[in-house]
Amino acid sequence: MIARLTAGVSRRAAVALALLSAALLIAPWVVNDYLLTILILILYFAYTGQAWNIMMGFAGQLSLGHALYIGLGGYVAATLFTRFGVAPWLGLLAAMPVAALCGAIVGYLAFRFGVTGVYFAILTIAFAEFARIGFDHWDFVNATSGLFLPVKQYTHNDLWRLRGDPTMFYYVILAATAAALLLCQLLIRSRTGYFWRAIREDERAARAVGVDAFRYKMIAVMVSAAVTAFAGVFYAFFYNNLFPEQVFSLPRSIEIILGPVIGGIGTLFGPILGAFVLTGLAETLNSALTAFGVDLPGVTQVFYGLCLLIVIAALPDGVWPPLARRLGLSEDKK
Amino acid sequence: MPFAVYLNVAVGGVLTGLVYGLMALGLSVIFGVVRVVNFAHGEMMTIAMFIAVVLFAWFHIDPLIMLVPIAAVLFVFGYALQAALINPFVRRPEHSQFLLLVALAIVISNALLIIFGPDARSVQTAYAYQSFQLGPLIIDAAKGYAGLAAIVFTAALFAFFRATPIGTAIRACADNYTGAQVVGLNVKQLYALTFGLGAACVGAAGTMLTLIVDTTPMVGPSYTLLAFVIVITGGLGSMPGALIGGVLIGLTEALAGLLFTPSAKSMFAFAILVLVLLLRPYGILGRRPS
Repeated sequence: MIARLTAGVSRRAAVALALLSAALLIAPWVVNDYLLTILILILYFAYTGQAWNIMMGFAGQLSLGHALYIGLGGYVAATLFTRFGVAPWLGLLAAMPVAALCGAIVGYLAFRFGVTGVYFAILTIAFAEFARIGFDHWDFVNATSGLFLPVKQYTHNDLWRLRGDPTMFYYVILAATAAALLLCQLLIRSRTGYFWRAIREDERAARAVGVDAFRYKMIAVMVSAAVTAFAGVFYAFFYNNLFPEQVFSLPRSIEIILGPVIGGIGTLFGPILGAFVLTGLAETLNSALTAFGVDLPGVTQVFYGLCLLIVIAALPDGVWPPLARRLGLSEDKK
Repeated sequence: MPFAVYLNVAVGGVLTGLVYGLMALGLSVIFGVVRVVNFAHGEMMTIAMFIAVVLFAWFHIDPLIMLVPIAAVLFVFGYALQAALINPFVRRPEHSQFLLLVALAIVISNALLIIFGPDARSVQTAYAYQSFQLGPLIIDAAKGYAGLAAIVFTAALFAFFRATPIGTAIRACADNYTGAQVVGLNVKQLYALTFGLGAACVGAAGTMLTLIVDTTPMVGPSYTLLAFVIVITGGLGSMPGALIGGVLIGLTEALAGLLFTPSAKSMFAFAILVLVLLLRPYGILGRRPS
């Protein structure tokens, strides 16, 4: 397992990764509160991007409805916490299976009935939208009025109940992002990972040589959903509120996808780099426009959209693969 | 509730559904030929809706008169878009196309937000509160005109694809990309024409929708989703399928709004989508891609 963890990582890449980890570890002592919040946001997207990448990047199944698993994770843990006082880490043990089960339902219905490609992508949107409207009308979770977690001034950080200051949340999401990176590295080098890539490249050929495509696609959806559910739990306890209109909505699903697509689909580091690039870009645009005194709603988004257009037109494989080649940090061809 | 109430709501749903169908037809035509899913479909329609609303507010021009001119404007927009931006993406993977069009959608809806602000606008025509009576049936005049115009526009498009040389050439591109190139068709230009025609459909549909619903810069995504639901239900790439899907979804939403609560109506539309995908993965009239 240790050998698998270091396989394909060049010495140069390992040093770069160690430097980045060190910088992120000491960041809370260096940066101010505003930057810390942005770093939390970046790591959140790095985490969700990696979770999504398991399904799309590794197994080639395009999901445009990952907000479903964010929302389910958040709602399960938050409901258990507010109604029964269950700590979020225990709630996570319930949230992950629930998300995986829903992923399994979506996957089963799609893969059994031959729903693929664009059709599959739109089916995933449909399930997320279905959940959004369903939760909007479900009184047990307060429907449209939303679910709120109790907030008070904390004298000390309670890691077990995830109640505390942003620094604590920062380290939680940093640890989660690192864990997700390790998990992806292990998965991509595992037997399952090789089967996934075989299916991604050519499903018929994979089936012809005896890969049980249905089974391995199901595993991809369930693992991806379960990993995503943690991000939902984190979201709920960090922001202390949940509204169906916000957590299950299509823009939420799109946000998750942007990072890995811009960073580089199917690569290990692409989703992380993509999160830094995009969130950094959005915040820079925000500050720049504020500095120039432009205060119209929507201006930032127009520039953001234009930047996305330019990046996707210029770098179809994402930012990471060409950058990695330039820096001599290439992951071996996957 | 008396039976006539259900009947009236059902007829209203069918008429709205025809306009939905025309909107979805645009998506279906584009996908059927260019093989790109237009994730900026609803946003393109919002452009048409704002043109209609502004023309009405400034010059009191009835949206029904502006139907063809606005469709023409959107045609030019769609043509330019495909020629300049989307053609290089035609052979790229789906997620790449998806991102391109999502970025475009973000730009369109926020540009509209900057120009027009977040408030809802509507068109108050002289016939806004009129209705026709046919026995027990009471038909809302605005919906009646909109549904009728949708049928006429769709029929014209059908005729174009069936009876004109360009229509035939476009169908050839859809059937066999390589073959179309071999016989010397300018596929890129035909793709641009097709995207223009798809955009003209949303142009016409958006113009008519202003008679029925309010217009805000942020309605785009929900109509994009609605168009997906309709074309997948009817069969992505099938022209009659889009209309049938539109009517089916319009009817479902209207009846669900009456029997349950209006805010839950799209849940039923999504439920129909899921059912159709499971029973007939390629839609009611769709064909399995070979």
